[in-house]
Parts: sequence; C-alpha cells; structure tokens
Amino acid sequence: MSNTKTILPTEHCETCPAFTQLEQMGIKVGDFDRVVALAGNPNTGKSTLFNALTGLKQHTGNWPGKTVTRAEGGFEFNKIRYKLVDLPGTYSLLSASQDEEVARDFILFGQPSCTVVVTDATALERNLNLVMQVMEITEHVVVAVNLMDEAKRKGIEVDARSLSRDLGVPAIPVTARTGDGIHTLLGAVADVIEGKVETKPLRVNGTPEFQKAVSELVPMIKQLAPGIPNARWLAIRLLDGDARVQKAITSGELTEIVSRQYQQDVQFSKKMSVEGRQ
Amino acid sequence: MEANDILAKAESLRNNLSTGFRDEIVKSLYTEAEQIARRAVKVGVNKKYDFDQKVDRLVTSPYAGLPIMLILLGIIIWLTVSGANVLSDTIANLLFGIGDIGRNFFNSLGFIPWWITGFIWDGVYLGLAWVISVMLPPMMIFFPAFTFLEDLGYLPRVAFNLDWLFKKTGAHGKQSLTMAMGFGCNAAGVVATRVIDSPRERLIAILTNNFVPCNGRFPTLIMLATVFVAASFPPALTSFVAAGTVVGVVLIGVAFTFLASWILSRTVLKGEASAFTLELPPYRRPNISRILYTSIIDRTIFVLWRAMQTAAPAGAIIWILANIPIGDSNLARAIADWLNPFGLMLGLDGVILLAYIIAIPANEIVVPTMMMVYLGAGMMIDGPSTNAAIFDLLVNGNGWTMLTAVNLMLFALLHNPCATTIITIYKETKSWKWATLSVVMTLGAAFLVTFTTASIARLFGWA
Repeated sequence: MSNTKTILPTEHCETCPAFTQLEQMGIKVGDFDRVVALAGNPNTGKSTLFNALTGLKQHTGNWPGKTVTRAEGGFEFNKIRYKLVDLPGTYSLLSASQDEEVARDFILFGQPSCTVVVTDATALERNLNLVMQVMEITEHVVVAVNLMDEAKRKGIEVDARSLSRDLGVPAIPVTARTGDGIHTLLGAVADVIEGKVETKPLRVNGTPEFQKAVSELVPMIKQLAPGIPNARWLAIRLLDGDARVQKAITSGELTEIVSRQYQQDVQFSKKMSVEGRQ
Repeated sequence: MEANDILAKAESLRNNLSTGFRDEIVKSLYTEAEQIARRAVKVGVNKKYDFDQKVDRLVTSPYAGLPIMLILLGIIIWLTVSGANVLSDTIANLLFGIGDIGRNFFNSLGFIPWWITGFIWDGVYLGLAWVISVMLPPMMIFFPAFTFLEDLGYLPRVAFNLDWLFKKTGAHGKQSLTMAMGFGCNAAGVVATRVIDSPRERLIAILTNNFVPCNGRFPTLIMLATVFVAASFPPALTSFVAAGTVVGVVLIGVAFTFLASWILSRTVLKGEASAFTLELPPYRRPNISRILYTSIIDRTIFVLWRAMQTAAPAGAIIWILANIPIGDSNLARAIADWLNPFGLMLGLDGVILLAYIIAIPANEIVVPTMMMVYLGAGMMIDGPSTNAAIFDLLVNGNGWTMLTAVNLMLFALLHNPCATTIITIYKETKSWKWATLSVVMTLGAAFLVTFTTASIARLFGWA
C-alpha cells in the first residue's frame, strides 16, 4: 500500500499508551496503510473489540457463532490508518465448517499485517490452542487477553508477562467492553508490524522425521506459488492430508487466491460494512 | 513443478512417517497450551461464579428448563401485545389524520386530477401508514426484549434445553439458535445457519427456519389474537389471552419445525444428528444503550425500512387494481372473487389469498393489503384504527368467522417464505432446488393444515 506514513517517536512519551491517539474511522476503509485481523474462539469479544476500535456497531451478541462472515472497519492509530477485519470465531483452523474456512483463508491468504488473537481470560487454556495454530501460520501475532473484568470477578488472575514469554509474542490484557488496555494493545500491534518487537512464536516441531518431511515439501510449494507466505503451514497441512489444501493446490486456486484476496478486500469491505449487520 | 507432483510427494512422505504422527503433534499442542496456561493463570474462589452456576443449573435443568423458557417467551409476547395496542392506536390516528389533511389539501387546490390524489394518498401513502402503524409498535417492544435476552447470554441455554429434541428429529442442536434468529427475520435466521458444520443439518435448519414466525408476521398474529380470540373475554384478561394465543401459535410453529426436520432427515436429507460442543457463556450484564441501538437501529428501522419499500409499491398496485373498473366491480374484487372458492376451501377467502400474493416481497404488508381491498379504493376516509372497527369491518362487512381468524393465523405461520428469504436461501445453498423445496414444503403445509381445520370445523358445524 502506498503512502505509508511512519512515525518515529521523538520522545519516550510517544510510545506510552497515555500519549497515543486513536481515531475511529467507521467504514471508511478504502484507503489504509495496514490490515489487522481479529481472530479468536467464539464468544471471546472480538466483535466488541472491533466496535470499540472502529466506532462501528457490528452486532455483538452473547452467544458463540454470532459472526459468521467477516466484517471490516477502519481506525487511525498514531496517524497510521488500519483496516480491521473481524473474523468468525473458531476453535481451530483445521476443520472445514464455513465459518472456520473464512477465518483460515483470511489469515492464510489475506496476508494481514498482524493478526490479533482475542482470548478469553477465564478460559485461557482452551483458547491457547487456537493461538498456537495461528502462530503456525504467521509470525505477526499479538494475543489480546480479553474479558479481564470477568476474570477478576471470577477470582482468576492472568499473568500476561508469563504468557508473552512462553508464547514468544506480545500478550496484552484488555477489557474490550470498557476500553481498558486497548491503547497498549494497539501499541503492541504497531511494534510487531514495524519490527520493533521481534516475535518468536512458539511452534510445536514434532519428530525429526516430520521436520525433514516438512523441509522437503516447502521448496516445492514455494516453486509452485511464488510469494506464498505460509509454505511451511501448507506443507504441514499436506502431510496431514487436508483435503481443502490439496484442492487449493491442484486447482491452481493457491496462486490465484494470493492475488485475488488482495483485490477483493476494498470492494468487500464496503459491502460487508453495510450488509454485515445481522 | 506440477501440483500433482507435490501431492504425490506429500503422499509418499506421509506414508514414511510413523503412524500416529498427527496425534503426537496435537498432543504436544495441548500439553504445551496446558503448561503455558498453568504458569499464567491463578484461580481464586469467587461467590459470583457460584451464583452463575446455580442459575445455570436451574435454567438448564431437565424439569425447570423448558417451563422457564416458555414463561420468558410468554412475558416477552405479553409485553409486546399489551404495549403495542396502546401505541398502535396513537400512531394509526396520527398517520391517518395526516393522510386526511393531505387529501383535503390536494382536493382544495382544485387542479389536481382525482386519480393523482387517489394514487398518492389512498394508494402509496395509505400502504405506508398501515405498515408503520401495524409493525412499528410491536417491533419497538419485541426487539429490545429479545436483544436483552441475547446479550444476557440466555440463547445458548435455549439451545442446550432443546438439544435432545433436535437430536431426536435428526437435526443439529444449534438449529435452536438459528430458529431464535428467525423470530427477528427469517432471512437472518437462514444466514445464521452457517454456524452448523454439517451440510445436511444445515439444509434442514435452512428449510425449516420459516416455521418460526418472523417479526413481519408477528403483527398479523397479534392483531388477530387481540381482535378475535381475546375479544370474547373480559377486558382485564384481553392482553393475557392474546399473548397466550400468540405463544400457542409460536409453539405450533416449533412443533412444525420438529416435524419437518424429522421428515426431512428421514427422506431427502437422510442421516444422523452430529455431535457438537456448545459453550454456555457467562451471564453478562447487558449494556442498555447497546441494546437500544441494536434493536432500534439495526433491527427495527432496518426491518421497517424494508417493509416500507415494499408497502409503497404494494399500496400503489392495490389502488390501481381497485380503480380499474370491471362492470359494477373493479379488478381487485374480480381477482379476489376468482380466488374465493379456493380461499373458502381453506377457511380463508379470496381477498386474503390476493393479499398474500401481493405480499410475497414482504409478509409485513398482508394485513394492510387485505384491509385496503376490503375497504375498496376511494371509500376510505378514516382507517379503522380501533380493534372494534376492525372487528366490525371483517365480521359484519366481510363475513369473517372465528375459523377465518384461526386459519389466517395458521396460514401466516406456515405459508411460503418472503422473497428476501427465498433469495437468501438460494444464495446460501447455491441451488434453486432447495429454494423451491422451501416454498413447496411450507405452502404445502399451509394448504394442508388450513384445509384440514376448515373441513373439521365444517364437519362439526362450527363454521
């Protein structure tokens, strides 16, 4: 994307949450500098966070599976424009129901500048499975530990620093409903995108023979679809016999999808922000 | 590099890997997650959580769960019925008053031909005024109440309570969620079926969604329940009887959902119900301003706007039909008369069927269309805005009986989806076959049921 503005901090305060500026841009997403995806288990408050950031009124509801399509909106943070994509909530990225496929295709082929995985502080263990699956696909991950207020009420304490250290990506406690921690979260997103924070996502490597098999497949995939960002993940899925990925490779969809996903985004954003209300 | 080479390579590599390498990876993923979570999370004791769990044990208990659900549904519908009556009269008087002023103004100008005045004020405007006064009040109460329960976190509990029933019919437990969305709008309910993984069960959920009355049909049910069923009861009981009737109709709809799911999963969509996990989210304090925003702007205005878009042309069509003279009568009457024998067979009449044909784009306008044909064009000075006036017009003027009212309620509940829903079904299934089946199935049920009740009523001499 052209006209990327980079703001270099001249003072310490500029990176401090209290000094940052957030401006909601609603559905004006035609012209943006960065794309951020919101992933997460169902009912962890993705849509609430989405609304808090964009000022849109994407319908939130207290039941898992509310968002079945992705919704998009924009916001400006420290003078950089972001497009935010709210993905359907999923427990994994492996199976093939339609909502999971929407989420997975976007993280995989939409090449977001950063993926924020929204997790439920009161059920962290189950949520971490998805975090780790997303980290398999991309390095640019920030974990938002949401529903901190609810966790507190239930007497649950979450040590976000321990989480960051173990996962190898920033983990930021937030309460999307009240807006607590949102500026810190956006700061972390910007840092990851700008490379100020280097992420080292924890990845499960499997056995050495498995490693070797993956490393044999990766160059072949890269040769077939140059510029594909997630060859390693695709290789793993192929070894697993994932029918959807096999189909994507044989039908030539893979190469097509890389270019198509990008063009569609702007059109789709406008459409979804109008029709996305359900 | 050929795509097939890659697949072949992957295949051969996979065969060389020790069996169970997948399980190993998944297992280590889970172990890792568990360890990380254990390090990061400290759990204390908290009374609030215990309270949540006690509430959950009550509302999802095998004995109290269903009754509590019915009581909540009853309360919402009672609030809607009793509140809507008050508001409806006020809004109707206001809008019809404005219509009179507009018509008089046009007449007083002198140079505007009668057919322009008639077309605008008795056609387009009247259609709009009817739709707003009939639909807006119930929506203003029903939607916020429904959104409140949704935000609170009650809907997944409904799914939990109804799961065993859906399972027995061979459908997916999450169908109760999409069914609940259908109360708002069936098209939205059809889109919501995307949460169901299995294509077979998703199709069942799509095809049966129309059996829950959407917001566009609630006003019809409420009006009929108030004007006919509740009219013979003492005034103090009216709203309760009306609400009870509407709850009854909703339950009939739910019963049809189960029946249709059962039949479908034993005929064209054979298969067993698949298992699924459903989280019961914590109860959350609903955010009042959000509820009002969602229910008023996203739902009420959105649905009302859609209804107005179809009501205006429908009003125009009705007016034109009613003003094309055929002998002593007019075209609208002639079509209605032609449909009449078939209508009477179903315990309805020709005007009702004509109204349903014109209302295919949006069910909201059935009652207004019906009224306009009954009243005839140009004769209408004041809209019958009170219940007594409606009763008088229908019973004394057009020969309605209790059978007509009951069968119209059943027909409104069961008949074909509106055009928007049909198109949504096509978009979601990408097949005209399923879209057509959804129409045939519902219309078939509507004809069959109304014909049966009419025949029984006549056999016993009730009608």
